[in-house]
Amino acid sequence: MRFERREHPSRALTLLAPLGAILGALVVAGVLIAIAGANPFRAYALILNGTFGSRLGISETLTRTTPLILTGLAAAVAFRARLWNIGGEGQFYLGAIAVAALGMIPAIAAMPAPIAIALCCIAGAVAGMVLLLVPLGLRLRFGVDEVVTTLLLNFVALLFVSLMIEGAMKDPLAFGWPQSVPVPDNTLLATLIPRTRLHAGLLIAVAMAVVVWFVQARSVFGMRARAAGLNPRAAAFSGVPLGRTLIGVACLSGGLAGLAGAIEVMGVKGYVTTDLSPNYGYSGIVIAMLANLNPLGVIVAALFTAVMFVGADSMSRALSIPSYIADVTVALSLLTMLVAIFLAQYRIRR
Amino acid sequence: MSVLFDILGSVGMWEAVLRIATPLILGTLGVLLCERVGVLNLGIEGIMAFGAMIGWLTVYSGGDLWTGMLAAALGGAAFGFLHALLTVPLGLSQHVTGLGITLFASSFAYYVFRLSVPTASSPPTIDPFQPLSVPVLSDIPFLGPVLFNQTAPTYLALAFVVLIAWGLYRTPLGLAVRMAGENPHALDAQGIDPIWLRIGTIMAGSALMGMGGAFLTLSAFNSFFPTMIQGRGWICVALVVFASWRPGRALLGALLFALFDAFQLRLQTVVDGVPYQLFLMMPYVLSIVALIIMARRARVPQALMQPYRRGER
Amino acid sequence: MTRVLELSHITKRFGAVTANEDVSLHLDRGEIVALLGENGAGKTTLMSILFGHYTADEGTVSVEGQELPPGRSRAAIRAGVGMVHQHFALAPNLSVLDNVMTGTEPLWRLRSDRAAGRAKLVALSERFGLRVDPDALVSELSVGECQRVEILKALYNDARILILDEPTAVLTAQEAEGLFATLRQMTENGLSLIFISHKLHEVMSASDRVVVLRRGRVVAERRTSDTSREELAELMVGRKVERPARPPATPGRVLLSAVDLSVAGKGGASLHGVSFRLRAGETLGIIGVSGNGQTTLAGLISGLYPPTSGSLSVDGRAVTRYSVPDAIAAGIGRIPEDRNAEGTIGDMTTWENAVLERIWSPDFSARGFVRRAAARKATADILERYDVRGATVDGRIRLLSGGNMQKLILGRVLEAGPDILVAAQPSRGLDEGAIAGVHARLLEARGRGAGVLLISEDLDEVIALSDRIRAIVNGRLSPAIPAERANAQLLGLMMAGDWTAAERIEAETHDAL
Repeated sequence: MRFERREHPSRALTLLAPLGAILGALVVAGVLIAIAGANPFRAYALILNGTFGSRLGISETLTRTTPLILTGLAAAVAFRARLWNIGGEGQFYLGAIAVAALGMIPAIAAMPAPIAIALCCIAGAVAGMVLLLVPLGLRLRFGVDEVVTTLLLNFVALLFVSLMIEGAMKDPLAFGWPQSVPVPDNTLLATLIPRTRLHAGLLIAVAMAVVVWFVQARSVFGMRARAAGLNPRAAAFSGVPLGRTLIGVACLSGGLAGLAGAIEVMGVKGYVTTDLSPNYGYSGIVIAMLANLNPLGVIVAALFTAVMFVGADSMSRALSIPSYIADVTVALSLLTMLVAIFLAQYRIRR
Repeated sequence: MSVLFDILGSVGMWEAVLRIATPLILGTLGVLLCERVGVLNLGIEGIMAFGAMIGWLTVYSGGDLWTGMLAAALGGAAFGFLHALLTVPLGLSQHVTGLGITLFASSFAYYVFRLSVPTASSPPTIDPFQPLSVPVLSDIPFLGPVLFNQTAPTYLALAFVVLIAWGLYRTPLGLAVRMAGENPHALDAQGIDPIWLRIGTIMAGSALMGMGGAFLTLSAFNSFFPTMIQGRGWICVALVVFASWRPGRALLGALLFALFDAFQLRLQTVVDGVPYQLFLMMPYVLSIVALIIMARRARVPQALMQPYRRGER
Repeated sequence: MTRVLELSHITKRFGAVTANEDVSLHLDRGEIVALLGENGAGKTTLMSILFGHYTADEGTVSVEGQELPPGRSRAAIRAGVGMVHQHFALAPNLSVLDNVMTGTEPLWRLRSDRAAGRAKLVALSERFGLRVDPDALVSELSVGECQRVEILKALYNDARILILDEPTAVLTAQEAEGLFATLRQMTENGLSLIFISHKLHEVMSASDRVVVLRRGRVVAERRTSDTSREELAELMVGRKVERPARPPATPGRVLLSAVDLSVAGKGGASLHGVSFRLRAGETLGIIGVSGNGQTTLAGLISGLYPPTSGSLSVDGRAVTRYSVPDAIAAGIGRIPEDRNAEGTIGDMTTWENAVLERIWSPDFSARGFVRRAAARKATADILERYDVRGATVDGRIRLLSGGNMQKLILGRVLEAGPDILVAAQPSRGLDEGAIAGVHARLLEARGRGAGVLLISEDLDEVIALSDRIRAIVNGRLSPAIPAERANAQLLGLMMAGDWTAAERIEAETHDAL
């Protein structure tokens, strides 16, 4: 048996790949649910009902989607250029803590809301960038593989956040709970649907997806980043400045993950804790792959992931299935997606 | 200053070194095997989590400790097989597949754990491995308790170092493994199929990772809880680079690392005013420093991360 | 004569492509058979089937009367077939002995018998005069030594039939001569050999019998003594292909002037004090054996890195910034040595490949965004003017054949109207028809006044296209000789580093240049 590359991979197959992947993941997860003694169809019905069945469900799902779009974009732009940024989790937290730190400056609270919000977004993005530029610098200067360094820095970043919210930035009014001083009210994002948690961050995230798509598809930078990822040697021969291009990609990628953290603070919680992110950074990797690294596809993939997580919460209560089934399904969908992309590009021959 | 000497002079700290090092030794050997045969295995973090869980669960539901170890090894090998299947014959991205394995194996471990132990507020415990004193040798002052009063899996891990070093450098199979990581085409030209060799070696390496995880629940602690691996797998990946892909140096790296960890754990209790988070950051920062030192000096297996397909160069 | 090897009626298809069709071939004991054919004629596929790397769709392989099971290289090795690959199948980080011993012992043995292995290796290398240190790392060996290791590997497996795939591709003329002498000695020891080649002169001088393969079929079989170079050339190509002739040059002003250029360790080698001048309307050929610094030189002039010392001027102006955009803006057109690894990005579209190196120019981008319509239009023009077949503007370039890929590269370079053309191995791996096309384009550029720096390992190509020729040896350039005085023997001496004759000729002809 051998695999032969399809000369003209059909568009339909490529578009169907994510659907097949998700279906495959749901089937395997369904078996796991069945083994646990519940009816998988009922479980999935409950998941859908818990997410799309009510105004609260929809708003919660979209609230969950928001940071996932941004971390998904962060992974997608990096992977396009073969920059293996697995540090989205750490960049998310650093973006969040940067906003909280900025919020402690009295001048911020006195500013008009749009300016304060813009400054907070920038602060979060810059924090995320910095955390990714370190491992990129180590790769360019010392040849250190960024996969391991970005992974390790996730732990460092989380410990740093813990250090800050138990120390200099600790909220004295939080009854001893380790959480940061809340950000001032003028930095909080507007609510989109009254009496829900859904906030304007969703609009920012979707807008970012469109912007990233446009930059990737139409700009010189996007073309160079893709060239650098596909064949660095040929890109260099064609005059693509590899180092500078990768730095640009790292700024974009780290910035998006940092922005995700910033928006989560400004939109949902108002302060930082060490459980602010239920693995948003790592989920971003899955989302990017499910979207086949397409920025617009990221929106859909993020929605799927959010549905799984939000839906699994209510489903697990009803059927006493551990809610970790959502993590299992999402992780599985990454593996099935890899296989699906492969099958779309190769045919099997004997 | 005298505090430092007190810590460095205490038997307790040195005894802890081998204990802390054991999961790292097993994990590092596992990564080393996979990379020597040409495949990066970032599944380690999840495979260790799964090994920790399944080892614990086996013992918790009545199996003995060694059955637990075996279950962890088999579980690791199973995830290794999945990783190998995707990265070797299909040639999928080793980075992304490995992360997928980690996400899948760890979430699957938590799922199974919660399913088996649904409503426990504090994690249930088991009776872990007890230290095994080697007669006579453990009576040597200082060195005795440090080296010869460990639990059985620690001795096993040390035996694996010797075994793997011998296997890689002294047997025909080991030469084939090294060749598969350097130039699989050459191996194929000599009539050995690199595909199967890679799959088998990755499974063996992943079994070691699973055992490394199980050491945490069966020897170092006595219960399982999510997030207990805490990046140990990633540290192993860094240690392999530090070890320049050699088993002996992998042992040395793991020991140095554990020494530092044991030292900082004790330092935390005696030094005031320094936030504990800074101490906890040290292992990760240290791993990055190790990578920086060795990245360009190490002799990387030439075919690492290059999928092998017949007739394609 | 005993028949040691017989391939009968082999057919192999890859999808819609038929690589071999009804190929039959035999080899007798002590014989040297040359398998002659152009790139893509199916030679390597055929040998891969023989060696069990591929399974034939039809046909059988027998060794000494025994049929080999298909697709099992182990069986081929056991039957005494050894293969010496064109791209060495060696592990640079392992020792010679490790490389040779891999796969020769039962895998599950608990201890490898290295002493016995070493003794056998030393004995073989003495018997066949293939000297090499068993403990040296392969990465420390020269190309010629690597080939010896490859041959020793086959002999260590007790091969009685040896297949050599393009064995002289990376050797100097002297090394090649030595190799063929060794091979002849082997046949006297009872070995039988097949060597794959597309070089007529070595086929004529080294083989007993020639089998010519074209488009996957055997088109002719001749005793070497009964045929001629001309006949073989026509059989191989299938028609008479005339390479274009070089009209006399009319050299103009100096376009490129290098003074004492040195580069340390880029492109796999170094340059030491290289000086030369290139004039408008002339072609300077640089001949050399691979690995002597020609890649480094091409990379330097292409703007990939600066020299460590020395100076380069383009059209009288000293180059101060070494970058690809600066090189292109200064009027340097670049044809890279490796079309797939360096010249194109397989998974990008044709139009992206066509404009990437000039994407910074206002022709193709404005305010940081790509002018897609203009880029696609320019690409469509190139496809038409340079007769690039099988390509669409929006298709991925990976699917193009080597010849069409080279046409696209020539198109994107020449459309910019460069004053200087750096052509590195421009016809490597192309078939005769495509080579003639590439040569015509290079001569055309010279004819309209460009200076062409031709860097090549192919003697015939350099003699045919160049006005002056220098050899590159260990990062140093030989004196220049006019093409009229060049012949294979003189160039062979120059490539080996013996420059006495070249110095004399340069002195004699200096006024004329």
